[in-house]
Amino acid sequence: MQVSENTENKEFKPLIVAFCCNWCSYAGADLAGTSRLSYPAEVKIIRVPCSCRVNPMFILKAFEKGADGVIMCGCHPGDCHYSTGNYYARRRMTLLFSMLDYLGIDRARTRVEWVSAAEGQKFSLVMNDFAKTVTELGENIKLGDLRCKKQQD
Amino acid sequence: MQRIGVFVCWCGSNIAATVDVDAVVEAVKNEPGVCHAQNYQYMCSEAGQGLIKNAIKEHNLTGIVVCSCSPRMHEATFRKTAEQAGLNPYMVEIANIREHCSWIHKDKKEATEKAVILARAAIAKVNLNTPLRPGESMVTKRALVIGGGIAGIQSALDIADAGYPVDIVEKSPTIGGKMAQLDKTFPTLDCAACILTPKMVEAAQHPNINIYSYSEVEAVTGFVGNFDVKIKKKARFVDEKKCTGCAVCTAKCPSRKGGNEFNCNLDNRGAIYIPFAQAVPNVACIDSTRCIHFKTGKCGICEKSCSAGAVNFDQKDEIIEQKYGAIVVATGFQISDVTKFDEFQYTKHPDVITSLELERIMNAAGPTKGTLLRMSNKEHPKDIVFIQCVGSRGNTCRDKTYCSKICCMYTAKHAMLIREKYPDVNVHVFYIDVRTPGKNFDEFYRRAVEQYNVDYIKGMVGKVWENEEGRLTVQGVDLLSNRRIMLDTDMVVLAAAIEPSEGVRNIATMLTASIDTNDFLTEAHPKLRPVESPTAGVFLSGVCQGPKDIPETVSQAGAAAVKVVGLLAKDKLVTSPCTANANELMCNGCSTCERVCPYGAIDYIDKEVNDHGKREVRRIARVNSALCHGCGACTVACPSGAMDLQGFSNRQIMAEVDAICK
Repeated sequence: MQVSENTENKEFKPLIVAFCCNWCSYAGADLAGTSRLSYPAEVKIIRVPCSCRVNPMFILKAFEKGADGVIMCGCHPGDCHYSTGNYYARRRMTLLFSMLDYLGIDRARTRVEWVSAAEGQKFSLVMNDFAKTVTELGENIKLGDLRCKKQQD
Repeated sequence: MQRIGVFVCWCGSNIAATVDVDAVVEAVKNEPGVCHAQNYQYMCSEAGQGLIKNAIKEHNLTGIVVCSCSPRMHEATFRKTAEQAGLNPYMVEIANIREHCSWIHKDKKEATEKAVILARAAIAKVNLNTPLRPGESMVTKRALVIGGGIAGIQSALDIADAGYPVDIVEKSPTIGGKMAQLDKTFPTLDCAACILTPKMVEAAQHPNINIYSYSEVEAVTGFVGNFDVKIKKKARFVDEKKCTGCAVCTAKCPSRKGGNEFNCNLDNRGAIYIPFAQAVPNVACIDSTRCIHFKTGKCGICEKSCSAGAVNFDQKDEIIEQKYGAIVVATGFQISDVTKFDEFQYTKHPDVITSLELERIMNAAGPTKGTLLRMSNKEHPKDIVFIQCVGSRGNTCRDKTYCSKICCMYTAKHAMLIREKYPDVNVHVFYIDVRTPGKNFDEFYRRAVEQYNVDYIKGMVGKVWENEEGRLTVQGVDLLSNRRIMLDTDMVVLAAAIEPSEGVRNIATMLTASIDTNDFLTEAHPKLRPVESPTAGVFLSGVCQGPKDIPETVSQAGAAAVKVVGLLAKDKLVTSPCTANANELMCNGCSTCERVCPYGAIDYIDKEVNDHGKREVRRIARVNSALCHGCGACTVACPSGAMDLQGFSNRQIMAEVDAICK
């Protein structure tokens, strides 16, 4: 396991994974880029075809690997490129969020946001705000792999 | 093990100024699978692509990662490059280090670190990529145009002239749209009907055009090249084939209390009506909500008076099913609701009207036969005040944030026409800004001010009320002299904001085309693909995409038609191979995936599988790759994890997560 170099003497920089749907939010992020609207470099985007492609396992995997925050962005409800995908995503995430309490992960470390392809500004605002929230929460406890008995240090 | 090449683009200084491209190359050199890494000034250029092709051959690469701009920009370009060098195009991944990195970060160290991580994620994904083969689908060589205004007519004419059959679906009884209601058009002041009606007739007589008037799109399924559309042809209770458009019935109809929509409800029409004299098709239509026969079962005067025997009270709505290869949305606009702006007394005083109402009043076929009259007492007005930007360019909940674009010009036109015809009438215009970009537009506005002495006042109106003389008092400000102004006037004309037609949301949902916060349809790219919707096979024409005037609408309609023709000219389309796929051994045939699939792409078959030497017949899911759009809903819903999405597999996304969180 790697120890984050930043934690000791520098200010804490969180690790944030953002799942963005190809049609709205990824394009929204592109627009934020084209409009030069900055957000923290800690945010790393993974492109998925639709928010409904995001398996809750991916989010848990990110937490397991040391992510401090995970955000999922999709088209606005009703505007999904695949008609209904974001409705499924919304329900799945609601279930996942209730499970995070059980796992001991602060619910504020995950978020679902709807960002359209025209909302570059919103994308930037959302990412700034989320990064701020996660920074305030500090470093996350890594989810342990339950199958792994050996204590790692 | 893959042999991966990493190509880091400078994009001139767009990337190289913020990201240390050499450091990125150095950092990814030893990533698993990478056997070649280099950077170059412009990867998308001919030379850059040549470099990639050479590297693929020289190093025998099995996969490549291009660290450059957004995949939405150049993924297709680099896939083609790879293909030309003999590599499967789906072995290419893009790390977006421009839009998602160099353009938004200022600190070079931070941006370089992020670029390295994004590159690593893409490398991790390519390591798990498999060559994919795209499928093929047929193209139905027929286009559908939704909306029969000038945008729809022009698109249909251009497509039809290219030799493809087109159907126009128009919800009202006639095509023509808003342009048919206009009196004159700026900046040439030619009569709208004189230039529009020949086009309407041309559309009606064109052998390749079929008009479904008084019809609406009910349902759309399918995909680019293969849309299945249900069109509801509403019962007009008049046989279109028999009606000659003689209009005897419309004159005799005794039910005359309802407003005439074509004249903005400034006068009334019968329950059986032809919207206007040049309507296409020139066929009467019975409004069943107003018809006495439908209320009481009596009357039937129209039926008796029709010498052609065209009236048929038993006509029913008809559903037409048709296949199309491409769909043009040309749903146009409507005038936004001005009743919210109560300070202008629109609902209380008949002399406060919208510009479109003025347009009808000025028109020779309008409610006043073209004479400018006050609607309250039918007297000649002495003063008219125009108020600009009513509902446009505001930031309250009543307003649209955007500029409606056409109001400055049509107000200048109205002012000029009134001063020309009635030199005794004083015209005042309250404006925020006068926006006249366009060929001969500013000259036109200047003529209104300089030649016709129209009084332009920079400032907004706060309030309008009826004074003791029965006239209207307008209270506003003149920002240039910084004083309050009170004007007594006879008429107030509101330049109301335009907004997308009601029902566009419904159509957008059916087409899975996206709309913005103002309900305008979004284009695939705001600059480079302005007439295409992000949904393949759906094209945008006219104001449904954003406010525009007639010349712009016509040019966009032509552009959309060219895109349609380009699509219909193909015999086959290549379909994305990024579709779902069920693992036969893991699938237990539970039907969960079938229920979440929005396209009905999944069915079940009984198939003999070999499960570790045990042969048995099982019910397993089968994905029709021609119907699958690759959203991935089924992959997450599948309880046994049997469903996976090619190109975005569970393992690939997990690998990306791993690479980012390392």
